[in-house]
Amino acid sequence: MHNLTIAELIKGLQSKEFSSVELTQHFLNRIGSLNPAYNAVITVTAEQALKAAAEADMRLAAGNAPALCGVPILHKDIFCTNGVRTSCGSKMLDNFIPPYNATVVENFEQAGAVVLGKTNMDEFAMGSSNETSFYGPVKNPWATDCVPGGSSGGSAAAVAARLAPGATATDTGGSIRQPAALCGISGIKPTYGRVSRWGMVAFASSLDQGGPMARTAEDCALLLNCMASYDDKDSTCIDREVPDYTATLDGSVKGLRIGVPKEYFSEGLDAGIEKAVRAALANLEAQGAELVEISLPNSGLSVPAYYVIAPAEASANLSRFDGSRYGYRCEDPKDLQDMYSRSRSEGFGKEVQRRILIGTYCLSAGYYDAYYGKAQQVRKLIQQDFDRAFESVDLIMGPTCPSPAFKFGAKSDDPVAMYLEDIYTVATNLAGLPGMSIPCGMADNKPVGLQIIGTYFDEARMLNVAHQYQQATDWHDLAPEGVAS
Amino acid sequence: MSWDTVIGLEIHVQLATKTKIFSGASTAYGAEPNTQACAIDLAMPGTLPVLNKQAVNYAIMFGLAIDAEIGQVSAFERKNYFYPDSPKGYQTTQLERPIVGRGNVEIQLADGSSKNVRIHHAHLEEDAGKSLHEGNFNSNFSGIDLNRAGTPLIEIVSEPDMCNAEEAVAFARKIHGIVTSLGICDGEMSQGSMRFDVNVSVKPSGSETLGIRTETKNLNSYKFMEEAIKREVERQIDVIEDGGTIAQETRLYNGDTKVARSMRSKEEANDYRYFPCPDLLPVVVSDEEVAELRRNLPELPDARQARFVEQYSLSDYDAGILSSDAAMAKYFEAVTSACNNAKLAANWTMGELSARLNNEDISIANSPVSAEQLGGLVTRIADNSISGKMAKEVFEGIWAGEGSADDIIEARGLKQVSDSGALEQMVADVLTANQAMVDDYISTDEAKRKKKLGGFMGKIMQASKGQANPQQVNQILAQKLNDLL
Repeated sequence: MHNLTIAELIKGLQSKEFSSVELTQHFLNRIGSLNPAYNAVITVTAEQALKAAAEADMRLAAGNAPALCGVPILHKDIFCTNGVRTSCGSKMLDNFIPPYNATVVENFEQAGAVVLGKTNMDEFAMGSSNETSFYGPVKNPWATDCVPGGSSGGSAAAVAARLAPGATATDTGGSIRQPAALCGISGIKPTYGRVSRWGMVAFASSLDQGGPMARTAEDCALLLNCMASYDDKDSTCIDREVPDYTATLDGSVKGLRIGVPKEYFSEGLDAGIEKAVRAALANLEAQGAELVEISLPNSGLSVPAYYVIAPAEASANLSRFDGSRYGYRCEDPKDLQDMYSRSRSEGFGKEVQRRILIGTYCLSAGYYDAYYGKAQQVRKLIQQDFDRAFESVDLIMGPTCPSPAFKFGAKSDDPVAMYLEDIYTVATNLAGLPGMSIPCGMADNKPVGLQIIGTYFDEARMLNVAHQYQQATDWHDLAPEGVAS
Repeated sequence: MSWDTVIGLEIHVQLATKTKIFSGASTAYGAEPNTQACAIDLAMPGTLPVLNKQAVNYAIMFGLAIDAEIGQVSAFERKNYFYPDSPKGYQTTQLERPIVGRGNVEIQLADGSSKNVRIHHAHLEEDAGKSLHEGNFNSNFSGIDLNRAGTPLIEIVSEPDMCNAEEAVAFARKIHGIVTSLGICDGEMSQGSMRFDVNVSVKPSGSETLGIRTETKNLNSYKFMEEAIKREVERQIDVIEDGGTIAQETRLYNGDTKVARSMRSKEEANDYRYFPCPDLLPVVVSDEEVAELRRNLPELPDARQARFVEQYSLSDYDAGILSSDAAMAKYFEAVTSACNNAKLAANWTMGELSARLNNEDISIANSPVSAEQLGGLVTRIADNSISGKMAKEVFEGIWAGEGSADDIIEARGLKQVSDSGALEQMVADVLTANQAMVDDYISTDEAKRKKKLGGFMGKIMQASKGQANPQQVNQILAQKLNDLL
């Protein structure tokens, strides 16, 4: 059952080939036996899952069950789950049990999906390797001495290892696409404002966006149908009808204009990755798409701008973790100041502290204009680059990341090298555009991701092209050793 | 050497919305601690603010009332600082683009002159919670009540256009009158609905250069504000005349001990690291919305003053005082309608009643003497049932809760004797009993006789236990003595 896609699972559930309880138990068993090797899942909610599965079976039996009824999924531990610990990968929230659901969690609950548990992640979503989690690193199922990417590394590894057919994730600078690429799965970060941020622990509010991960584009479409919604509890959520993303998957790519930014194929790109991505582009060209070389001249500025704006917003967003109302509080604080400083020094990991300091610095009197102000100007330039590009192309494609999964520790002592992991992904967050990664080959025996960038609210077209590519290729069907059996 | 004083005010006005500025929790005053603080007010992870449209409308109404520019696009920013009553670790406020721009307020002074005070701007923001340092806490702890956290405020910032405490109080009263007339604030100063920060500096008379200013924060009554300004002006002059310099600092004034102390110096001032709040979209106000609010503005103090002069034939000054405060205006009109004597109603409302309320720090809305009761008292003064002196005694009785004016007059036997037969008898008795005084009167020069009348009046009033109508007695006495000549 674990090799079936969500689309296939839905058919199986609705035709009563298997029950949701059987399916749920099967995945719970897999988590029990395989997860210790990957550390992808940090909270398992077996009892609740089986109860939800039994209810889903009743709804399925009664007919008229919603699309995802009975389908098991995992939530990234950044989404608040009522009554279930939501740690955000941090010691700070190790004891935090929210009394409310994130809208995303609520949406899946309404749709009858069964939540198996919560996935590991970089602490407060700050990281590109999942090495910053308080719960220890996640291992890449393709090579357990390598990172799965981050910050949604737990969700990506869980889907790759078939511990769940799909998972929720979030993307602030590439946190869906980069781990999807490194783990050989599909993932989409929708347009900013498409998915509600209510109940999603904030990292950088103007960049954060939730999205689904699954093995195929079709499964991503099924999950996004449920995940995307207008939510009046999130002022930045956009009130716009959610199309049925599965309805347009079968359209032809003939005549589609694909922009290929020359800046994404320059120095620093792994040769194996370039080869795989070029091959994928050739495949789409063969299907009738037109490749157009384009330029995004300011893309080199996106990482520096991102690493000012994201930490600046984070420095304020994380101020609420002060040890006073919930979360970690240091032992025996001697006064208020001591409680603040020790709770935060002991509760936050190194990378989180680094980013709070960077952000605080960038916003400080005398530095604001040079850093935050300048970064906002760059952000506008990057948006304009994309606006110009989309005047002549329908989609933009290139590599998701510059190199395949790297070994643990390879970049963890060099923050700048780590930040460069995001070189192809952060620009879409800065512009608020949707971005996607799908598997398109192997390099060094590790998966390679093809990045698809669309214009605002063009998720349906991105999923359509990704699906057409997956109809013609089988990279998405490859499984890490020992996982498929 | 003589000195000029320069004063600017920042006034925090709590808006009378039912719910908070960014959450649906109630703003009602006086609930049990933390019973009106929801997940958003507690800054739980993943929660997001949604702007209360009513708060925006109230702010615009204020702007219209002071003829200010209304920001068609205003924006919220985060003001970062750690304090336990600020649960997010930042206050959501406006800085660069406030909702209300430059405006003007005209104040009336006791000498009958008026003066324009310029408003620099007014912005929307959220109130903080309260720290409770007394109560059932372990000795090392303070309590936090977050009921007030998130209550909408407008902060009204004046230009430094006032030059003494009287002007500052007149300005504060005028603002109070405007916001209570608009119905956007309940005006309850004792509950913190309006709080004043006072910026004070002194400079040699006529000098163009402003002195260094201090800010005295959080004054919550006119009395405290007046005292704090006077004391601060004296202190600054003393310091300078002793050869010292004024330190730019923030001060706190304790109204009970009448002592101010330095809270923090300029060097200790926080760097608030303001930046645009990414969780809230800019507030866009259309011309139509503004026009609609303008159409529905209630009567404002200046218009009401003109109406009072016209309708009740009051002097400009009296009408100004009575119309300045919505509750006082309402009270005055109710007294007038109960007694049909606007002049006396005005005198008693502004005189005895206001003095007593001020002394006891009670707002007119909570006056122990109702408008109907005061109207009843005025009725008895107007129809000569009681003398002015007795009226004060009756007023005290009403204040003490002894009932209506008629009840008290009856119970205390205060009814004035106006029966001319009885009065003539009384005068005749006194003249008979004091023949020596009568002889003295007759033998005195005509020009000096008038002075002798007082002695007879005293004896007659004594004989009547103060109940004789003095005007009538005067008349009868003069007549009778004249007859003896």
